Amino acid sequence: MSSETALAGERRARGLAPFLRSQMRNIAPFLTLIFLSGFFAFASPSFATLDNLGNILTQVSVTGIIAVGLTFVILCAEIDLSIASIANVTGIAVAYFTLQESYVNIANIPLPGAVAIILSILLCALLGLVNALGLTVIGIPSFIMTLAMMQIAAGISALLVRGQIAYKVPSLITTLGSGSIAGIPWLVIVAAVMLLGGHLVLTYTRFGRYVYMVGGNREAAEYSGLNVKLILGSVMVISAVCSGIGGMLGVAHFGSAQQNEFDTYLLDSIAAVVVGGTSLFGGRGGIGNTIVGLFVLGVLNNGLDHVNIDSFLKILIRGLILLAALVINVYAQRLREKTAA
Amino acid sequence: MPEVRSPILELQGITKSFGGVEALRGVDFALYPGEIHGLVGENGAGKSTLMKIIAGVHTEFSGRFLIDGAETHLRSARDAHAAGIAMVHQELSVAPDLTVAENVFLGNQPTNALGLVQWRRMAREAGEQLARLGLDVDPMSRLGDLSIGLQQLIEIARVLFSGARIVILDEPTSALSPPEVERLFATLRRLREEGTAIVFISHFIEDILRVSDTVTVFRNGRKVAETASAATSKGALIEAMIGRGGEALEHSYSDDLMLPQQSESPVILKVDQLSLARSLKDISFEARAGEVLGIYGFMGCGQQELSRILFGKLKPDSGTLAVEGKPKTFASTAAARRAGVALVPESRRDMLFHQEPVYKNISISILDRISSLLLKPAQERDIAKRQVEQLQIRPPVVGLDLGMLSGGNQQKVALAKWLTYPPKLLVLCEPTRGMDVGAKNDVINIVRDLRTKGLAIIVLSTEPETVLSLADRILVLKRGAMVREFKNEPVSKDRLLEAA
Repeated sequence: MSSETALAGERRARGLAPFLRSQMRNIAPFLTLIFLSGFFAFASPSFATLDNLGNILTQVSVTGIIAVGLTFVILCAEIDLSIASIANVTGIAVAYFTLQESYVNIANIPLPGAVAIILSILLCALLGLVNALGLTVIGIPSFIMTLAMMQIAAGISALLVRGQIAYKVPSLITTLGSGSIAGIPWLVIVAAVMLLGGHLVLTYTRFGRYVYMVGGNREAAEYSGLNVKLILGSVMVISAVCSGIGGMLGVAHFGSAQQNEFDTYLLDSIAAVVVGGTSLFGGRGGIGNTIVGLFVLGVLNNGLDHVNIDSFLKILIRGLILLAALVINVYAQRLREKTAA
Repeated sequence: MPEVRSPILELQGITKSFGGVEALRGVDFALYPGEIHGLVGENGAGKSTLMKIIAGVHTEFSGRFLIDGAETHLRSARDAHAAGIAMVHQELSVAPDLTVAENVFLGNQPTNALGLVQWRRMAREAGEQLARLGLDVDPMSRLGDLSIGLQQLIEIARVLFSGARIVILDEPTSALSPPEVERLFATLRRLREEGTAIVFISHFIEDILRVSDTVTVFRNGRKVAETASAATSKGALIEAMIGRGGEALEHSYSDDLMLPQQSESPVILKVDQLSLARSLKDISFEARAGEVLGIYGFMGCGQQELSRILFGKLKPDSGTLAVEGKPKTFASTAAARRAGVALVPESRRDMLFHQEPVYKNISISILDRISSLLLKPAQERDIAKRQVEQLQIRPPVVGLDLGMLSGGNQQKVALAKWLTYPPKLLVLCEPTRGMDVGAKNDVINIVRDLRTKGLAIIVLSTEPETVLSLADRILVLKRGAMVREFKNEPVSKDRLLEAA
């Protein structure tokens, strides 16, 4: 009798409507993307062009690189508010270790390009490790721990540039950040490779499975004998390193390294992950969702430039779209719980 | 010449069912002012259901409900409260981050004309109330900083001094130290002098006999005895509780059961002088290969903490663990798993992933055995299929989300995750709780099968039947201390209850 009801449950689960309901978190962002693209294509003839697609891709690339690591963090039901600051300090560090033009007034330490890059990556990994230790060993909630790290990284940035602007970065970074090959910007390629890499790790590796399981039910992960602290610590370091790479390429992309350069990237990256449908409660979503979220954000930012709209209104519109996505995110979680209960 | 008293509360012919199962069958119950009324019965006998009807938690039932002789229908716990009925539930419901005073006055803090809380008055009055219970606690200290026993006393104080005429206490003494129990009893007696009617539910029959005037015994949803406490004994009450004559469907374990000769097989786990704050005191024992060690005790006796220590989830204050002779201090559950220890906690929710398919639930604990870097989903599914077949998990579909399975099948999945690469020591908490008879038997057979494979198994339960049906040797825990070991001797439910 009990197996009968369970079989009935299985049939129910495999019906179309419940399937769609359980996939709501994946479908809703995609519909949003199609709707926004359609709207802007209709409203502006210059939106739906190949050139503009290239623009959008380039515009979301730095956010995309940072969002790879953040996806890991949010899948574990944690948050990282220090991503933009760490991106900024890593970008500044790589410039700090590069010989600047004589008119740049920074007491920096010029080193060979490869060394500068390695040191910068070590720096962001170290900051991520501090986040990890604060979260797992001391037990500071990630929200607060990374808030402190946001200030610390901003402080290191300030000490390194002292209000100045640096321009030169190692040539490898310059190429990846602002060069292109066969008409495709290297930046877009790096973002695509990192997103793909993140997806492969999350989907096909043991570590990726652990990330989902820890996010899905942390208590159960611990009772299954997983080293939950190690997994949480690792995602914090991954997040910081992705941010650092995004920061270095971003500096090359913008052509300068200075304080507060990445401030808008914190919100954009969180928005990209969440708008894409990755659950803030952990365990659901992934890089696929983040990619859709990046496009929603990219199309929205870019499209608003193509239509005749008060530029001060745009900020409000972005906020409202983000709110709508959050509502859908929480609602989708509830639907799924109902289906599974 | 005793005056003829009239009951403050009278229930007549109460029947209550949950989804077709009768939890109470035609129960009569009367409570008089100035009386402490003890209630005893096994888990699921109907005590708590009856009390929840009185406290307005369950509002749908048949039968008559009279307060002061007038028929009443309570629609909510609020109604019950208005009628002067207050209950202290078994689980603590305090606000640990608020002060002691705020907890005592939770929901009715004294305020001035402006609606502002009068902190000084609140602190003073809370202090006075607690002093009546013999508690010397700073009313402004944070409640969560106090011991669990003190927290429980403060929750009881809140209810006792709320002005209720009828007070129900469900297992109030399980987390209390002996002096705290004394203080509680002194307060209960004083309230009785003042005319309060008190219902006292406990597994500790000595406590019931000491403090109550009348005892009522429940069995299988019926009231089977009501007697003056002075006129009965622990043995008589236990007999009434578990009954004779095999009226239950299952083996009732009321007769003596012979425990086997102590096993000479190698010691897998050695626990020495384990202590944890107020939960465990100097616990020492051994678990051997191919042996099921049962650990029995009432709710709150320290079983839960003990199981968590064995699996590296809690750190003991003192004492040592050794697995196969090697001393271990588990820094994490992962370390315990690597050392060959596995735990199935009493709450399935705690160890299963309801939104993930069955096969991922089964493979999670062994992933590192089958894949170093990349997952091997096909192999995972194969392993899961074997386990599903072996344990007869229904439906046998490994891709189904776990949440779709029935409770008994979920419990089997919880076991299955440890069985592909069997651990050396398997710790099971309440392995058959809340299961129907069929699923229960399945689990019992699985455990017996594992024993023959040479695992050391520890079964911790608050249900004597569970321990008796599985164990080769039985330890009894009482308030965090080991009080009795049954081995190579006859044992029965009576004897277990007697020891606890």
